[in-house]
Amino acid sequence: MVRDVTLGQYLPGNSLIHRMDARAKIVLLISFIVMIFCAFNFVSLALTAAVTILIVISSGIPLKMYLKSLKVIIFIVVITSVLNLFYGTGDPLWQWGFLKITWSGISRAIFVTIRIICLILATSALTFTTSPTNLTDALERLMKPLKVFHIKVHEIAMMMTIALRFIPTLLEETDKIMQAQKARGADMDSGNIIQRIKALIPVLIPLFVSSFRRAYELAMAMECRCYQGGEGRTKMKVLHMSAIDYIMIALMAVVLAGVIFCNIFFWELV
Amino acid sequence: MSIIETRDLSFVYGIDTPFEKRAVNNVNIKIEQGEFIGIMGHTGSGKSTFVQMLNGLIKPTSGQVLLNGKDIWENPKEIRKVRFQVGMVFQYPEYQLFEETVYKDISFGPKNMGLTDSEIDKRVRDAARFVDLSGELLFKSPFDLSGGEKRRAAIAGVLAMDPDVLILDEPTAGLDPMGRDILLSQICQYHKQRKNTVLLVSHSMEDIARVSDKIMVMNKSNLEMFDKTKNVFSQNKHLEEIGLRVPQITKIMASLNEKGYDFSEGILTVEQAFAEILTKLNKEGKLW
Ligand SMILES: Nc1ncnc2c1ncn2[C@@H]1O[C@H](COP(=O)(O)OP(=O)(O)OP(=O)(O)O)[C@@H](O)[C@H]1O
Ligand SMILES: [Mg+2]
Repeated sequence: MVRDVTLGQYLPGNSLIHRMDARAKIVLLISFIVMIFCAFNFVSLALTAAVTILIVISSGIPLKMYLKSLKVIIFIVVITSVLNLFYGTGDPLWQWGFLKITWSGISRAIFVTIRIICLILATSALTFTTSPTNLTDALERLMKPLKVFHIKVHEIAMMMTIALRFIPTLLEETDKIMQAQKARGADMDSGNIIQRIKALIPVLIPLFVSSFRRAYELAMAMECRCYQGGEGRTKMKVLHMSAIDYIMIALMAVVLAGVIFCNIFFWELV
Repeated sequence: MSIIETRDLSFVYGIDTPFEKRAVNNVNIKIEQGEFIGIMGHTGSGKSTFVQMLNGLIKPTSGQVLLNGKDIWENPKEIRKVRFQVGMVFQYPEYQLFEETVYKDISFGPKNMGLTDSEIDKRVRDAARFVDLSGELLFKSPFDLSGGEKRRAAIAGVLAMDPDVLILDEPTAGLDPMGRDILLSQICQYHKQRKNTVLLVSHSMEDIARVSDKIMVMNKSNLEMFDKTKNVFSQNKHLEEIGLRVPQITKIMASLNEKGYDFSEGILTVEQAFAEILTKLNKEGKLW
C-alpha cells in the first residue's frame, strides 16, 4: 500500500530524544551532517558511526522502523557505492576493460555507504521523534532572523505545516481512490509505461479535485477562526530549551572537535 | 454451494509497525445466492475492511475467501475477474468520479471488462435508469451534479458491471431522509429484478431492518452475530451492549408488549406496526 512509507513519520514516545527541544534537534542534526562530511578517515568515520548508533538507541524507536526507512534509499546507496568502487586511483586489484577496482575505490565505496546510512539514520531519528508541528515551529523560530530580509518566515512555516499535515491525508485518499477504481476493474499493475500512465488518470483527477476542495475548506476554516498571518500571533505550546538540550549541544561540540582532532591526528589513515 | 464463504478470515493493518491493528479477526460466514445481507457494527468494528476482502481489494492476512467454492487468491493474476463478479460501492463513492461526462464515467467499469460498444451502451443506460439518472444528466460533467446525483452516478458505475454480488458500504451516508429512502428502494428494486446477492453496510438500523433477510453484526473486529433479521433484532440487550440498538419501532412494540399488549414479536418497520395495531383494534371492535 502507498501508506507504508516510514520516511518522515512521527512516532510518539517519551525517550530522551523525544523530550529534547525541536530547535536543539535541528541544530544538532545540521552540525551532525557537517560532521559526517568532515570525517575524512576511518577513525573519525568510526566515531561518527558510533554517535549515530547512540542516537538510534536513545531514540527508543524500534530498529525495524529505521531499517524500513533505509530500505527506501537502498537503491541510491547501492548505485553510489558501485560507482565509487570504480572511481579509485592507484594500482588496480581487478581490471576488465576500462573498469578497474582499486584499494582507494573500495575505501571510497565504504566511506560513501557509511556516510549515507548515517545521514539517513540521523535524519530519521529527528523526524521519528519530533511531531511535524514542533518541527515547523522550530524552523520558524530558527529562521526568524531572516525577517530582516523581508522573508515571510511565518507564512513559509505555515505552508510547511499544512503540507506536512496533509501528506498522510493525501496518501490515504490516493489509496481509497485507487481501491475504488480497482473495484471497477482498473488495471494499474500491468501493461507498458504508456498504459500505466494512462491508468493513473482515474486516480489523479479525483485526487486533484478533492485537494482543491480541501484547500478551499481549510482556507475557509482558517478565516473563520480569524487567521491573519503571523502578526501578533502567540503560541499555545512555547518551545523551551532544558538542561538536556544544553548538555546535548555541549556533547555534540565535543564529538565534532573529536572528529576534527581524528582527522588531523590520523591524517595518514585515509 | 454458498456464493461467498469465508474461512478464518483475518486482516491486520500496519503489520510489524507500532500501529499494528487487527481489523478483522477469524470471521467464518456463509452467504447464499440471492440473499440480502445487512452488515452493522460500531464505528471501527472492521466492516469496511471485511467487505474489501470479499472482492480482493485487500489480501487477507490469513484465512480464505471462497467465491462459488473457489479461493479468490488461488491465482492472483485473475483477481480482476473477481472484482467484476463482486461489485463494490465505497463509502462516499462520489469522490471516484473522474470522466468528462456521467455517461463516460459509468462506462468505465464495463469498458474495463472488455465488452462490446453496444453492450456497454445498454449497460450504462440500464444502470442509469436503475438509479433514476435521466437522459440529459448523463451528458453533464459529473462535477456539475448535486451531491445526491453524484452518489447515484457513482453507484451506477458499479451497477453497470452487473456483478453477481453487490456490496454497498454505507451508500446512504450524508443524504437527506428523502434521498436515503429513494436510494434504498432503488437498491431493493435492483435486487428484486436481478435476483443477485447484496451486502449492505449501514449504521441505520431502520434501513437494515427494512431491507435485509439476514444481518451480520461485527463487534471489535469479531463476528458477533449472523442470523435472520428478526432473530438479531429480538436481542435488544445484546445489541445495546455492543453499542447498537434495535429500530425504534421494534423497541416501541416491545415496550407495549411489556405493558400487557400482545403484539407479535420482531416488528421491524412502521408499516408492519401500523398493520398490526390496525388488525388488533379491528378485532377488538374499537376501530369504528
Ligand atoms: N488503512 C488503514 N490503516 C490502518 N488502520 C486502518 C486502516 N483502515 C482502517 N483501519 C483500522 O481498522 C479498524 C477497522 O476499520 P474499518 O474501516 O474496517 O471500520 P468500519 O467498521 O468500516 O468503521 P466505520 O463504520 O466507521 O466505517 C479501525 O480501527 C481502523 O482504525
Ligand atoms: Mg467503514
